[in-house]
Amino acid sequence: MKAKTLAARAYIWLLLVVLYAPIVFIAIFSFTEAKSLGNWTGFSVNLYRNLFTGAMQNSSALISAVENTLLIALAAAAAATLLGTLAAIGIYNMKGKKRQTLTFLNNIPMINPDIITGVSLFLLFVFLSISQGYLTVILAHITFCTPYVVLNVLPKLSQMNPNVYEAALDLGATPSQALWKVLVPALRPGMISGFILSFTMSLDDFAVTFFTRGTIGLDTLSTYIYADARKGGLTPELKPLMTLLFLAVLAVLLVINIRQSKNSEKA
Amino acid sequence: MNKRSSWALPYFIFLVLFVVLPLLLIIVYALQDGSGRFTLSNLGKFFTDRDSLSTFALSLEVAIENTLLCILIGYPAAYILADKQLNRSAVTVVLFILPMWINALMRTLATAELFTMAGVHLGKGTLLFGMCYDYLPFMIYPIYNQLNKMDKSYAEAAQDLGATPGEVFRKVTLPLSMPGVWSGVMMVFMPTVSTFAIAEFLTNNKIKLFGTIIQENINNSMWNYGAALSLVMLVIIAITTVLQKEDADES
Repeated sequence: MKAKTLAARAYIWLLLVVLYAPIVFIAIFSFTEAKSLGNWTGFSVNLYRNLFTGAMQNSSALISAVENTLLIALAAAAAATLLGTLAAIGIYNMKGKKRQTLTFLNNIPMINPDIITGVSLFLLFVFLSISQGYLTVILAHITFCTPYVVLNVLPKLSQMNPNVYEAALDLGATPSQALWKVLVPALRPGMISGFILSFTMSLDDFAVTFFTRGTIGLDTLSTYIYADARKGGLTPELKPLMTLLFLAVLAVLLVINIRQSKNSEKA
Repeated sequence: MNKRSSWALPYFIFLVLFVVLPLLLIIVYALQDGSGRFTLSNLGKFFTDRDSLSTFALSLEVAIENTLLCILIGYPAAYILADKQLNRSAVTVVLFILPMWINALMRTLATAELFTMAGVHLGKGTLLFGMCYDYLPFMIYPIYNQLNKMDKSYAEAAQDLGATPGEVFRKVTLPLSMPGVWSGVMMVFMPTVSTFAIAEFLTNNKIKLFGTIIQENINNSMWNYGAALSLVMLVIIAITTVLQKEDADES
């Protein structure tokens, strides 16, 4: 029994070490000035300084790529959460064929690989002669994010008592009061996890953005890194940027987890 | 039926406009020539072009190998993570998902760089390793979820009735966890076939996958041929989805 536990732990840790090796590698080499990734030319925090003072080549391009990434992710996640929550409420109140159809359509963007979503939307925008840019990228991101919001909100609907909303209306609440005071609080956990999932997928997306950003020079972090790597030299300041992003996410997740485990201890 | 079912109407319109119509457009463009006339030559070109066909075959091969590799490595990990005796902390599960918050292209570049530093030749081996590394969390998580919500009393009952641990696993745990494995397969297989940037980075452009030729054609304004290649992919998606459905219905 002991040996089994030990082997299991060792396996998990081995996987984690391999999984984190590239990230640790980036973090280590963020403390040297060399241009290429695996080149150590002595300890230096210059890349961090450059990142914050903007004293680097292409600094405005990199900074606007970061801004675009965050703005697009926020806009897409917010829109997807709204659209997906309404859709989930609608689907929950449907029966039979209608419900099946919508559930089926909702599954398509999740099954489609990124490149299919990207190419198909590219053809749509070409077909409708819509010039591509921020709006098309955001619309495309809403397309692949919303299904996950729907899937996160639906279980919350089946957990809540379906009569509460009706009861609020019967007791004289206006539909908007019933919505904000009854429905939204009950669905909030699902909406939040849907939002976070959408935000994350939007941040990490490359292929869909690549096909729908048009030719106006719009870059997100992913397309920036792709173009950079194809040119041959990665902007060295990406290393400290990635390290800081990773630490930020790590901190957020640790705080959430500590809180959750504290809450579950109380309960 | 009450009025609230109409709340899904905006999303329905959205889906028709941004999911159904675009997919139909893939079919339309695939069956047209540059001036908009109906033709089968785009599809014909794919089925007669040696390069496209061998790229396609290689992509399927890499995707199958990657999916099997992810199951082989990911299943035991998910099993250990879901076992309360072997893993007491939920943080370990989070640690497996955490790398996904770091830009996948950046991680892939770092992986490729690590290989180069270690003197490993960039090629099919590094491609498989890197792919598995990128997609492993997508395999572990659904299996973990499925194992976690599984009713443990089935396994206990089998044990009480005299089944050996191996039998319990083969006859109870494994079949009950198959839906998780299937969703993992869906999340790993098709994305592997269609990826382009990851394959380019991990092999230094030496190995082209199907996604790369789609991207090249679309970017070089060969929309009709690009659409035809996408259509081939759509057909495969449809087939795998139907196969998955049938398997799920059986069990």
